[in-house]
Amino acid sequence: MSTTVSQIDEVKTTPWAGGRSPFAVEYGKMMMWFFLLSDAFTFSSLLISYGALRFSSNAWPAPDLVFQSVPGMIEHGAPLVFVGLMTFILIMSSVTMVLAVEAGHRNAKKEVVGWMIGTIIGGLMFLGCQALEWSHLHSEGFWWGAIPNMETLKELFHGAPSTTYAHQFANLFFTITGFHGFHVFSGVVINIIITINVLMGTYEKRGSYLMVEKVGLYWHFVDLVWVFVFTFFYLV
Amino acid sequence: MSSETIHTEHHDEHAEHDTMTKKRIWNVFFILLGITVVEFIIALWLVPAGHVKVTLANPIYIVLTLCKAFFIVAYFMHLKFERIGLVFAIIVPVLFIIGLILVLTNESHHWIDLRSF
Repeated sequence: MSTTVSQIDEVKTTPWAGGRSPFAVEYGKMMMWFFLLSDAFTFSSLLISYGALRFSSNAWPAPDLVFQSVPGMIEHGAPLVFVGLMTFILIMSSVTMVLAVEAGHRNAKKEVVGWMIGTIIGGLMFLGCQALEWSHLHSEGFWWGAIPNMETLKELFHGAPSTTYAHQFANLFFTITGFHGFHVFSGVVINIIITINVLMGTYEKRGSYLMVEKVGLYWHFVDLVWVFVFTFFYLV
Repeated sequence: MSSETIHTEHHDEHAEHDTMTKKRIWNVFFILLGITVVEFIIALWLVPAGHVKVTLANPIYIVLTLCKAFFIVAYFMHLKFERIGLVFAIIVPVLFIIGLILVLTNESHHWIDLRSF
């Protein structure tokens, strides 16, 4: 009997026996991870349905023909240049975010503010680019449930154009990049709130910049999703 | 209770030694940039010039994208330096997503035959 009790006591000393976090992360950070996991499911379901529809189609608007302009500069013949710029901006803003987290570990308030502002500017630049991209496609005639006329469509397909698949492309493109853009927008808003808190010294008083780390996780996730959106809409 | 606090603090101190330094952050950035440049070279030069077929290029894009995802999650999101329990809690559900992707891409190849348009 006594051996059984001592065995139970022994079990209770392990990290998984309750009483403390087996993950050794703070509650909010762990919940951010689980939220991001659920968000990953949402994005995956969108991208998987996109993939399934596209792979089961006989024709699809060719990315190198649809996305070949740089708004305000080049009208034709520059495929992937503009989206390359957008990708670069988002990866760059991810880097400034990690640098903000790194400065937070050293409790360097000024550096945190500087890198956070850099991240916010990066996010706003990305949103601006996406607005230009959307308005360019809109000017061609694409929108939710709307496609360009046959003349324009012929220039967007390698081979015979299909109105059905053009419709599917339009709906999926605006829904998925729109959902991603909404994440970028909310990320920018959260980053601004956190930056104001840093400026007011909230985290200095608290003694840790863990909140910067948590919004950092969200921001990197937004970057992560873009990596996939970029591949499946622009490259494949 | 106090021993727990000490334990966590000790872990944090330990974690700071093998965590992200500025040098490592920029290394990861250049890896991400490099992979993106490779993708561009394939999409803008190798495929149009006929050196690489589209059927080969697409799996390459996906593998390179998963590489980028690994670097972002492991280093930028710091998952590589977390406890193994948290790593599995995040990674294992994602494996099921990959399973669904494989099932549906395979399935969609059969949908073509069912289409009447």
